[in-house]
Amino acid sequence: MRITCPHCGERDRREFTYQGDALALNRPAVDAGTAAWDDYLHNRDNPAGDTRDLWYHDPCGTWIAVDRNTVTHAITGSTPVAKVTS
Amino acid sequence: MVKLIAQTAFGDGLPRAVGGVTLTEVSMPGMWSVAPLKGQQKAVSKALGISLPRPNRTTSGAGTQALWAGPGMAYVRASALPDLSGLAAVTDQSDAWAVLTIAGSTVTDVLARLVPIDLRAQTFKTGHTARTLVGHMPASVTRTGPQSIEIMVMRSMARTLVHELDRATRLFAGR
Repeated sequence: MRITCPHCGERDRREFTYQGDALALNRPAVDAGTAAWDDYLHNRDNPAGDTRDLWYHDPCGTWIAVDRNTVTHAITGSTPVAKVTS
Repeated sequence: MVKLIAQTAFGDGLPRAVGGVTLTEVSMPGMWSVAPLKGQQKAVSKALGISLPRPNRTTSGAGTQALWAGPGMAYVRASALPDLSGLAAVTDQSDAWAVLTIAGSTVTDVLARLVPIDLRAQTFKTGHTARTLVGHMPASVTRTGPQSIEIMVMRSMARTLVHELDRATRLFAGR
């Protein structure tokens, strides 16, 4: 498995650490209510197909949102989290 | 005051020659991480006297060398740094890293066993640098010549780095 770091280029999977679903970037407002926060903290889909999750490129220290397919293992995109959230 | 004896990162572990390559400690006058504040990139370059490196590259000139260190940050090596207050976030890194040069005709083959990127001279040219791994250690790897590569790891990993390189070199030479 190879992942493209937006700064370093295509690198081996062992340089990266997996974090979890990119849903973690959509933090609800403080007063959004317990249901929204419960959903944000605990509920994740387990898709057979396209998914987007967060990876950390350990050597250069970049958080990346990686688009990949859990069925074909194809990686279709990688965006620095700094650009996704700004 | 107690008189302390300065010790280099590798101590007695280097230099050494194994299986056709040599490992030599690199001593630096000083090193700082320099992360320009927003919009201050040009001002920092001007103060340093050299341009800050693009990703995976190094720049040098006038006794100063800069290695790309990560997004928005460079490691600058010089004997002294100009005052960058208000321009960049600066941290002294002089004693935080262990730096060695591995040199010899088989250097690329030896490192192919430890570093998961293509280090051949035609793709990883002199002056190119990369943040990558050596074994399991995060490292900064820079080509300094056709047959020499510089490796920088956190100082606490100095002995592990020598062990890893020593082992890879002997195994390669013993094929």
